[in-house]
Amino acid sequence: MPRGRSESEPDRSRRPRWLWPLLALPGTAWMVVFFAVPFYGVMAIAGGRDNILFNTRDPRWNPLTWHWDAFDAVWQGIKNGSFGQPFLRTFEYVIVAIVVCFIIGYPVAYYVARYGGRRKGLFLGLLLAPFWVSYLMRMLAWVNLLQDDGYVNSALRHLHLVSHPVQWLDGRPYTVIFGLIYGYVPFLILPLYAALDRIDLRLLEASRDLGVSPWRTFLKVTLPLSRQGMLAGAAITALPMFGDYYTNTLLSASPRTNMIGNQIQNAVQTNSTRGIGAALVIVLTVLLTVLMFYYLYSSNAAAKELR
Amino acid sequence: MKRLTGWWKNPWRKPHVLAAVTWLYLIWALVPVLIAIQFSFNKGRSRSTWQGFSWRWYWGDPSLSVLHDPTLHRALYNSLWLAAMTMIVCAPLGVALALGLTRWRGYGQKPANFLQLIPLVTPEIVIGSALFLFFTTLVHTIHLGRWAQLIGQITYNLSTVVVIVRGRLLTIGSDYEDAAQDLGASPMRSLRTVILPLLTPAIFASLMIVFATVIDDFVISQFLSADASSETVPMKIYSSLRATATPAVNALATVMLVFTVVAILLAVYVPRMLRRGQRGSAVEDFALEM
Repeated sequence: MPRGRSESEPDRSRRPRWLWPLLALPGTAWMVVFFAVPFYGVMAIAGGRDNILFNTRDPRWNPLTWHWDAFDAVWQGIKNGSFGQPFLRTFEYVIVAIVVCFIIGYPVAYYVARYGGRRKGLFLGLLLAPFWVSYLMRMLAWVNLLQDDGYVNSALRHLHLVSHPVQWLDGRPYTVIFGLIYGYVPFLILPLYAALDRIDLRLLEASRDLGVSPWRTFLKVTLPLSRQGMLAGAAITALPMFGDYYTNTLLSASPRTNMIGNQIQNAVQTNSTRGIGAALVIVLTVLLTVLMFYYLYSSNAAAKELR
Repeated sequence: MKRLTGWWKNPWRKPHVLAAVTWLYLIWALVPVLIAIQFSFNKGRSRSTWQGFSWRWYWGDPSLSVLHDPTLHRALYNSLWLAAMTMIVCAPLGVALALGLTRWRGYGQKPANFLQLIPLVTPEIVIGSALFLFFTTLVHTIHLGRWAQLIGQITYNLSTVVVIVRGRLLTIGSDYEDAAQDLGASPMRSLRTVILPLLTPAIFASLMIVFATVIDDFVISQFLSADASSETVPMKIYSSLRATATPAVNALATVMLVFTVVAILLAVYVPRMLRRGQRGSAVEDFALEM
């Protein structure tokens, strides 16, 4: 007997094996019915056929009978620009936004992790605060500030930087990118903070003791050690940005700044283009799969490390 | 110049630049929201020019204030209903799932675990579109509206409960449970009298996070909404922003924010009281949990 257990002790292997799967069953069933099946349903609708009589789309559940006309329409749209432009634009906006997010977020996370000291709790509370303010309210705040007679324009006029109010909300790509940065940078800072906070200070001291300059210590020790956090943060910010459509509508509302999210929302919620909408959802998901799985993989690895 | 480079090279110098960046960031992140709150107290109709303080948009105005405009307080009611119902369903479902997935060793555990994790990384627009198409073209027993929104929110938030409860479960380990069972407790009984009390702070914290997430959620609620009767607060903000909105929208957003802040304060302080003496702050736990 392992660990020298005496005969009188109850045998742990008699513990019912059915208990744990049974506990996991309802939640798993829920996820199958309301997540896996609807997701397969999107594919079934994309591969289905338009029902002209009822102006709906008939799904096809059998993959062997799928039609590819919706994907074909998406592909044509990508080639002629009607979908291609928003796709390219989305990548452009997201990449610019993420780069700026890092420029803002890394120093902040670094400062709080290394120099937060006794005030770390206060800093963390303030860094978390944007999470508890509705995203829509944060956008509402900027819509108010960026009005023609809003605070931003009056400040600029006061400083004599502009003579006429700038129409920030008039379909300007920079305003949309600004909104994305403002909206998502808190999501980047937290994983960065977690990664930087875990770095063993003795490693930095060792590097210093060996005569390495602070800047090189940062490049050779801190930066590589925070790589996991940077990648996780980039993934967790990029994923919602790719599916964003409301930032765009609120801060620009112009087709000139349409993103993939706007295309999906329009196509899915219009009866006659549901098939194309479903195909767009599939295309977006496939494009994001790498990011999604990378994030799952890295957070799983991090969790194992903590155990 | 030499003093400046000397200062720059001093490894023990105070990080003034980093401190400045951090504070500037915090101001930039938080002050706009405070200004939005300020305008909810505006005397006039403008959301961008300050015209003096009043409670007009909360209850003063007889037809346009949050108290008197039925569309506004219905949005408030819908958001709170959705958040409360999601918590009620997510709690037992999520805790059971967390327990099951952590302890279950066998076929099926890995796929079930995987399935449960995917919503954490799926963009909301994908979940929203999938469920929208599900309810409109695939099944016809549930229609768009509050029940569809509820199902969407539960699906989206279940993983949050599982992740947080499981984190706590792993730090507790199985020693207490083994001890209870060595002393003759049945598995169900050791679960009820040992594990669940130990998990209570984590369950509580995760539910408050669910509450805050649902109240703030826009995409899933919007995709699964039928008409104005299932409009939530973020949807109301969205739909009225581009139209001729009054500061009542700001007031509505502010009221919602107060609810969220109360929920978060409860999430931070109640587990601390429940834990009684165990160290570590819930904020830090949560920050690392993310």
